[in-house]
Amino acid sequence: MENFRYIDDIATLSLDKKACIGCGMCATVCPHQIFEIQEKKANIMDFDACMECGACAQNCPTGAISVTPGVGCASYIIANWLYRLTKKKVNSVCC
Amino acid sequence: MEPYVNGFVETPAGLVPRVRTTLLGSDIRETIVTRIGFGRSDFKVIPGLYCVGNPTPQSPVLVTANYKLTFDAVRKELGGLNVWILVADTRGINVWCAAGKDLFSTEEMIISVRSARLDEIISHREIILPQLGAPGVAAHKVRKGCGFKVIYGPIRAEDLPRFFKRGNKTDEAMRMVSFPIKDRAVLIPVEIFLLSKLLAITALASFVLSGFGPDFFSFSAAWTRGLGAVCATIFGILSGCAVVPLALNKLPWREFWPKGALTGAVAGIICALLFSGTLGYLESTALVLWTIAVSSYLAMNFTGSTPYTSPSGVESEMRRGIPIQAGTALLAITLWMIAPFTG
Repeated sequence: MENFRYIDDIATLSLDKKACIGCGMCATVCPHQIFEIQEKKANIMDFDACMECGACAQNCPTGAISVTPGVGCASYIIANWLYRLTKKKVNSVCC
Repeated sequence: MEPYVNGFVETPAGLVPRVRTTLLGSDIRETIVTRIGFGRSDFKVIPGLYCVGNPTPQSPVLVTANYKLTFDAVRKELGGLNVWILVADTRGINVWCAAGKDLFSTEEMIISVRSARLDEIISHREIILPQLGAPGVAAHKVRKGCGFKVIYGPIRAEDLPRFFKRGNKTDEAMRMVSFPIKDRAVLIPVEIFLLSKLLAITALASFVLSGFGPDFFSFSAAWTRGLGAVCATIFGILSGCAVVPLALNKLPWREFWPKGALTGAVAGIICALLFSGTLGYLESTALVLWTIAVSSYLAMNFTGSTPYTSPSGVESEMRRGIPIQAGTALLAITLWMIAPFTG
């Protein structure tokens, strides 16, 4: 995904190295390959490539990773804003 | 019987449908219709266990979603292989989106394995999940819940044959998402089609608003000016829903709303030039502004179709983009409405 970069310094991803057991699940599931296991610990190699999908946190057996997962979709976010304003369910064109 | 089923395999848990690994004319027609935007919400495969070839208890088990296009994408890559396919009930939604909605989930995996009685049919204890299902599934909890170990397979179904050849192991390329131009192009028809109702309403409003002028209401102005306004809206839609996705990585800026504003400005100027014979200076400016606003807004909405935009990023760009889009649209409508009084 070298050709596609999104906004820097904004992802909610964080890694607690003390809790990490180096199992490598995060490196396996991350669709942007931002983790690498070095000296039996996960390392975030490319923080700004994170799209907050939550795969790493979901599959971390020790809860060492936290991220606020969600759908990076404007029309979904708008539908949510409208829902909060009107309490009426708004269909989003998103999946 | 569904047309994609071409036989059955006997197992200790009953007959399991065997599916074709080639797509029929009907499959392709259904795919095209779905890609255009009809019947999208009801395009499901019945959940449960299927297979291709002549699988044995040792054969691998692939798990997928019950969206028909997903199911087709998987089975058409499995020619010549003997594989079980466990279709989870994701309510007709693809793997990635279902994982984000907690439909392709840990619980669903456990339920699917149990209800297919996989432990009676399969001698090993592994299931292969598409990597893009990982946001919804905790592999370690699936194992605890049903005894099956989750192996994350490739992101793209087309990599499955290579994955099997490597002894059920992915390589780095299989684990990395990509967004090539063909993946972006197939999204365009449905994005545009979903706007057709909104376009009809906007067109009607354009004709009505364009008729107001010094003579209170003029049908000829409604027609000539209205055409310009409708053209600007269509150009804005094409710019935001087609040009931006196609040229996504060639356009400047990382945020989407300015990308759309830029292509919208170009589209708007072309539109204004087309109508330069009938429209004045103020009206031309209004058309360009309107096209920019429409294109920028729709480009921003394309964030939802990409595999690299974070929700935090999208929300922050919306806070910058929406006020500008709204202001531009309002200015466009104001200029458009006062133009007949200034001639």
